Amino acid sequence: MELTVLVFLPAVAAALILLLPQKQEGLARWIALAASVAILALSIWMFFDFDKGQTGFQYVVRKEWVDVGSFNLQYFLGADGLSMPLLVLTTALTAASVLVSFSVTMRPRAYYACLMVLSTSVLGVFCALDFMLFFLFWELELFPMFLLIAVWGSGRKEYSATKFVLYTIFGSAFMLVGILVLAFSQGTFDIEQLGQAQIAGTAIPVGWVFLFLFIGFGVKLPIVPLHTWLPDAHSDAPTAVSVMLAGVLLKMGGYGILRMCVTILPGVADDYSVWFAAIGAVSILYGGFITLRQTDLKRLVAYSSVSHMGIVLLGIGALGSTALMGATYQMLAHGVITGLLFGMVGLMYDRTHTREIARLGGLARQMPLLATGMVFAGFGSLGLPALGGFIAEVTVFLGTFERYEWAVLMGIFGVVLSAGYILWTMQRVVFGPVRHEWDSLPDQNHWWEHSVVAGLAALVIVLGVYPALVMDMIGPAINTIMLRVGS
Amino acid sequence: MRDYTVFIPEYIAGGFAVLVIAIELFRPAIRKDYLAYLTALGALAWGVSALFFLGKDPNSYQGLIQLDNFTTYMRVLGAGIVFVVSLMSASYLRERTKTAAEYYGLLLVAGCGLVYMAAARELITAYISLELLSFCLYILVGFLKRDNLSSEASLKYILLGAFSSAMFLYGMSLIYGVTGTTTYDGIATALSTRASTTDAATVVGFMLILAGVGFKVSAVPFHMWAPDAYEGAPLPITAFLSTASKLGGFALILRLFSGAFAGNGGGSEWSWAVAIIAAATMTGGNLVAIQQKNLKRLVAYSSIGQVGYMLVVIAAIGYGDAAFGRDASAALILHITGYIVSTLLLFVALTAHYNRTNDDTIVGLRGLAETQPFLALVITVALFSFAGLPFFAGFATKLFMFQSATRTELYWVIGLAVLNSFISLYYYLMVIRQMYLFDPPEGATRWKVSPVLWAMGAALAVGVLFIGMYPQPLFKAADKAATPLFQQGADLHAQNEMPAGTTLAASTTH
Repeated sequence: MELTVLVFLPAVAAALILLLPQKQEGLARWIALAASVAILALSIWMFFDFDKGQTGFQYVVRKEWVDVGSFNLQYFLGADGLSMPLLVLTTALTAASVLVSFSVTMRPRAYYACLMVLSTSVLGVFCALDFMLFFLFWELELFPMFLLIAVWGSGRKEYSATKFVLYTIFGSAFMLVGILVLAFSQGTFDIEQLGQAQIAGTAIPVGWVFLFLFIGFGVKLPIVPLHTWLPDAHSDAPTAVSVMLAGVLLKMGGYGILRMCVTILPGVADDYSVWFAAIGAVSILYGGFITLRQTDLKRLVAYSSVSHMGIVLLGIGALGSTALMGATYQMLAHGVITGLLFGMVGLMYDRTHTREIARLGGLARQMPLLATGMVFAGFGSLGLPALGGFIAEVTVFLGTFERYEWAVLMGIFGVVLSAGYILWTMQRVVFGPVRHEWDSLPDQNHWWEHSVVAGLAALVIVLGVYPALVMDMIGPAINTIMLRVGS
Repeated sequence: MRDYTVFIPEYIAGGFAVLVIAIELFRPAIRKDYLAYLTALGALAWGVSALFFLGKDPNSYQGLIQLDNFTTYMRVLGAGIVFVVSLMSASYLRERTKTAAEYYGLLLVAGCGLVYMAAARELITAYISLELLSFCLYILVGFLKRDNLSSEASLKYILLGAFSSAMFLYGMSLIYGVTGTTTYDGIATALSTRASTTDAATVVGFMLILAGVGFKVSAVPFHMWAPDAYEGAPLPITAFLSTASKLGGFALILRLFSGAFAGNGGGSEWSWAVAIIAAATMTGGNLVAIQQKNLKRLVAYSSIGQVGYMLVVIAAIGYGDAAFGRDASAALILHITGYIVSTLLLFVALTAHYNRTNDDTIVGLRGLAETQPFLALVITVALFSFAGLPFFAGFATKLFMFQSATRTELYWVIGLAVLNSFISLYYYLMVIRQMYLFDPPEGATRWKVSPVLWAMGAALAVGVLFIGMYPQPLFKAADKAATPLFQQGADLHAQNEMPAGTTLAASTTH
């Protein structure tokens, strides 16, 4: 019941917003804010109410949905230690993205409705336990994303939006084939049951099924070489969408790999784990090198995401409980940190209307608050101790070292690169000689901007100094997966 | 037994047709949209009266037509199409012609033809029903007499239609020559016991019949008439063509191929041909659709592509046994229903747009999201449903359909179908792009849709989403409709277990 409310409350808000008469369109943002604060509060309550000692799914809702021929679909939602933190992350970033776009005045009803539908779809992905329901939520995200980028974006927005949709559909076509083959071989779409069954006798070899699912999730994660949609989508998307995209949409890929690929087909995952580690390490390094030579602030953050999501894949490749916990933690930490970083870049862009690093400089003088937030987010991104990213990276590297030390060495070099590109960027954007072009621009000056920056920064610190808060919850879920992998 | 009660729903439809024509005859000045509402009322009464046949024992009229759940389903669907199309025509026709009674009368009569294509269990009856539908359509396509395009379309349609009828008849005569009977049951029995020397004639007969019905549903390479007829016809008739004509064609194919041709592995002689036609149809339709500039032609080619997907099921029925055929047919009926709802939705929106702008090019939709957001949304819903995106009818029904048609012989066609779905997404997105990403032409202002079209659009859009998200009830209905198709086949199969002499005796009693 709680989950149903959590998932569909934003959708209801979207419907309400669309029903607003044109004269009252200013109310749209308040409805969106109310809904996102409500789901944030609900998810936090669920987070603390969650029974950490118990493995398996909680808050389960299960109803008969479609029973057609050999399709037995259920409306089946549930959260475990893996999905619960991701649900909180999603609600937190939904609220953040509503707040950073509080000043949007162009067709606000459609804008906030899209944002709310996006939130519903991501929340649905994280707690759907019927494979077809999962797929539907997965695809639902495309419609609002396409419109958000294509209508409210900037630059080559149509191109980027179309590229994003085509890449995702390309991936999900493979995924759908994988889902159908899996489900028909076992006679069920129930993810919980599939996660306990021994999969054999599929119409195509299980290795192929695994690969199909992996392509679907890998496009979203993104893995090199399926990542080229990401910089385009990010740089042309409005700020709020970048926050959502980097913060939670990429996590759908990591979550999918953990929940579907690894849990349902642990044997294949074990066979292929070296590829995971290799692709992860290549993504870290390649992403890092490409990031170094970006001239556009948003593209820079986007490519750094490719690098950071490589760490997630590297951790999954190790298939050990420490590494998997690290990978999950990295998804959370990266979500909050990059969300904040994109938020800061967006606020800066709102004022200067340029993202070109060469044109910026010395902003610490003119916008001290914004510059502080930016530097803080940058430190989080490069993995400064006592901030969230550090815990995650260390855990992943520790957990992976035993199995693939070469990959860890490559990964650690990637972290050095990230320190390089972040510090260099800060030097060029925030410090250095003051440019009088930007003299008259206001600093961070609205309550909504303050609350986003303060809220996300607080989360980064909490994740950095008190990891047990989340690790205790992730632990049992990861152990369940490890039992599958071990057997 | 002569049971005239089986015709009651069509008496009602026919009665209304006569009434509509009589009213205009005696009161020529009557507002033409009143006639449309009367026709809609007639269609409603027709559809409701059909429901009384639900759950009754299947009645047959001397073995010529069969009144089972399949017929009832098609009746309700046919009446629904006539209902929507007549309402759609109300303002369209009022602005364009002075006499409209024949138009509405012919709509109802064409619907009756559709019903008996589905009900016929005998070749001559099937042929007459098919011609009844076709003749009404020939006239309806050319109804805008002053419009050269409309007349040209009608003429082209008549010529090619006559050609295809000839093929169908020739095929029938060959089958009759081989089997000595025109009833489906008799053909099935005779085919399963025939001597091997008549194989060539049988195969040619199959192919000619396939060509004849392939023309009706506009399968490649018998599709040449479709784009021209679609483009020239009045817009609501284009909707009628792409729904009723296809529904009738597939109802006839299902009845004929499942009842007469599929038994005892007979499918192996024609299934491969259907599979090849299916592959050609979906690929040809989708590839040519990409290059279209005119909306009606785009819809014509895209509907050709859709027919290709549906033909895969027919091929699968030929390869499988009765239980398999039943599941596949149920999924096909479900898909056709979803397709019809989506198509009608699209045309309701296009009619509203055309009434306002008189522009049927794709570019004409520029910036519709600004000037008429409701229509833009409705068109998007319909196109996404055609493309088979999740949450829309097309996804669920296509998924069920391909899954139920999956056989090792057909893997290649199904793979091709999935590939084609992606191609189709491209040109649907091109239309959606015009509406959402471009600004409206200079001077365009916001406008309102007439309440009737608005209500129909909203209702059909909800229908598309409902089928997409909760297909269960409709599937149950489609399953019930598909059951009787294969019951006779199963009975027949049981008969064939008996000694050959009794089978022949049984067949001669028909």
